[in-house]
Amino acid sequence: MTREMTGAEMVIQALADQGVKHLFGYPGGAVLPIYDALFAQKDVKHVLVRHEQGAAHAAEGYARSTGKVGCLLVTSGPGATNAVTGLTDALMDSIPLVCITGQVPTHLIGNDAFQEADTVGITRPCTKHNYLVKRIEDLPRILHEAFHIASTGRPGPVVIDIPKDVQFAKGVYSKPKDFPHIGYKPKLKGDMAQIKAAIDLMAQAKRPMFYTGGGVINSGNHASQLLRELVKLTGFPITSTLMGLGAYPAADPQWMGMLGMHGTLEANMAMHDCDVMICIGARFDDRITGRVDAFSPGSKKIHVDIDASSINKNIRVDIPIVGDCAHVLEDMVRLWRTEAKQVDKKALADWWKQIDKWRGRKSLAYRQSNEVIKPQYAIQRLFEQTKDKNTYITTEVGQHQMWAAQFYGFQEPNRWMTSGGLGTMGYGLPASVGVQLAHPDALVIDIAGEASVQMTMQELSTAVQYRLPIKVFILNNGYMGMVRQWQELLHGSRYSESYSEALPDFVKLAEAMHAVGIRCEKPGDLDHAIKEMIDVDRPVLFDCVVDPAENCFPMIPSGRAHNEMILGDSGESLDDAISEEGRMLV
Amino acid sequence: MAERDVTHTLSVLVDNEPGVLARVIGLFSGRGYNIESLTVSETQHARHLSLITIVTTGKPMVIEQIKNQLDRLVPVHRVVDMTLAGNSIERELAMVKVAGKGENRVEALRLADAFRARVIDATTESFVFEITGKSDKIEQFVALMLPLGLIEVSRTGIAAIGRGPDGM
Repeated sequence: MTREMTGAEMVIQALADQGVKHLFGYPGGAVLPIYDALFAQKDVKHVLVRHEQGAAHAAEGYARSTGKVGCLLVTSGPGATNAVTGLTDALMDSIPLVCITGQVPTHLIGNDAFQEADTVGITRPCTKHNYLVKRIEDLPRILHEAFHIASTGRPGPVVIDIPKDVQFAKGVYSKPKDFPHIGYKPKLKGDMAQIKAAIDLMAQAKRPMFYTGGGVINSGNHASQLLRELVKLTGFPITSTLMGLGAYPAADPQWMGMLGMHGTLEANMAMHDCDVMICIGARFDDRITGRVDAFSPGSKKIHVDIDASSINKNIRVDIPIVGDCAHVLEDMVRLWRTEAKQVDKKALADWWKQIDKWRGRKSLAYRQSNEVIKPQYAIQRLFEQTKDKNTYITTEVGQHQMWAAQFYGFQEPNRWMTSGGLGTMGYGLPASVGVQLAHPDALVIDIAGEASVQMTMQELSTAVQYRLPIKVFILNNGYMGMVRQWQELLHGSRYSESYSEALPDFVKLAEAMHAVGIRCEKPGDLDHAIKEMIDVDRPVLFDCVVDPAENCFPMIPSGRAHNEMILGDSGESLDDAISEEGRMLV
Repeated sequence: MAERDVTHTLSVLVDNEPGVLARVIGLFSGRGYNIESLTVSETQHARHLSLITIVTTGKPMVIEQIKNQLDRLVPVHRVVDMTLAGNSIERELAMVKVAGKGENRVEALRLADAFRARVIDATTESFVFEITGKSDKIEQFVALMLPLGLIEVSRTGIAAIGRGPDGM
């Protein structure tokens, strides 16, 4: 379709042409023409947030739970700078976003005009790509190119900065078919010789290990299905990063739990001792590797990633395969079948025997209490009561996030939305708003901490406004729990500023914001209270008062290797656990 | 065993659009990579393509990272490691200002001749020489000018091109 329209109308038309149903945003002077264009149509529904960071996280939640591009619209200056945290979060976790920012008119750019900020300059390092549109002729192409770049290859956020005069200008709109001029051409198919080499290596493995990540989720549902097929075909154990949870079902016997800093003993020990590591869509992040020079010293490593710059960045691998997870997994499964590969059954049986010994240590065990709610118990009960429902989980960042990852058993991809790379406190509540909009009939729960949730608390109003019955399940221990835990471990239990004085009464707060407040303080009341939360068809703030002293274990202290974990009941002096060099790490 | 730092020259073909150099430089500063020399100019006007030549140092694994990170930028069309390709020519141009009288002035002129540097500006008490060549030749010339009244040096940084009939 080709016709003349204003720049502002082009924005809305392009969103509609891209199939965008929801646009998260906040109006302001430099985007008023776009808001005027929004007013005149019904294709794109605008969702008014309370702060631009909330718009970005809501768009992320929307994107992660659907696999589609999340969209937000913010004004110039503070609108754009407020969105920066969400954009950075999306870049770190490879979430496709298109963020449209208003800009002062082109003739005022560089004049320190009211609400002017160098948006493309500020967002250059926190986006996959960004544009400043100075000519109306370029706008239709850029709008569609942005969606193409955000959603293909390794997904990420794209910013389009549109000066106000360009929004008013008239031009001819058409939707381009492809983008032949750009140098950007992501590689989907992996190199067949490398894939063959990987399959050969896997067949010879005596102590193999699958290590998968968010790349499998980003590659689409098909990739998760292929991963399951390959894992079943081989009979190998599998672990995953925080980002990859749900790609492989947690209830399956080959599932080892999450790995890394707060991963299970069996997953980390198996990573350390394996002889063939098959890394699919993960990036050897420092939360995963621990001490790099002691990371899985005896293994040959296969690494599948769509982003060549993720390969050989932290850990040198033996068989690099650049390609999309689904494409490479499909080739792996097919080759494994056509070549009738057989595993070393005897060696594999011995390996599983060893793994069962590690599992026997029950590294996630904690001491139950009848007096106070243990946070782990709260997650377990939440899981039991929601696992058979159509449930989506988001989180904030900290101890509650790790407990959620440890104790909530994800069976399907795209059900778990958490800030992994950037570790953004305040992510979960607005993300749950985005998830609930995309899945109106689902049960959407933000597992939160009382500190994190206060960072973006105001988005509860958004949920109320749009009748989104999100459940904010706050594990309230009165501390910034993970900060407190590190201070106990590293700084002689000097709890410097990690205790929140003057916490709000969350029940009254919920009521003041026209939501429902529930408080639970005793383990015996928990099941009933959770049921009440689920049954209410309105947004709920659930204040779950938990043991303030509980620590999150197991833990690989900074600067240590996978086989040097601290367990909850190990009795190891925490002061001795971390070396001088370890203290320097984050 | 610690890997040694190595120096590589990278040719990066990019869309000549606003901000492209900022993307490249931001990548280097943001990730803590080194830039020893950087030159940029539009080389294909019709296609709006510029060539950026970067000399960088780092561990071999870091050099590999730099190339992959550059390649990931949307306006980057190609990254060629001229050092790895092996048969590239690297040249630099410098303008060298020398002021002096008497014997020093004669000596500067004599050395310039030996280095095939051209005089592009002269007064009764100064010369500006233009010299082209490999970086070490320029370094050597500048070092020789130092005691003869060197005032200042302006260098273009390294430009590189592959030998033989093929383009990048």
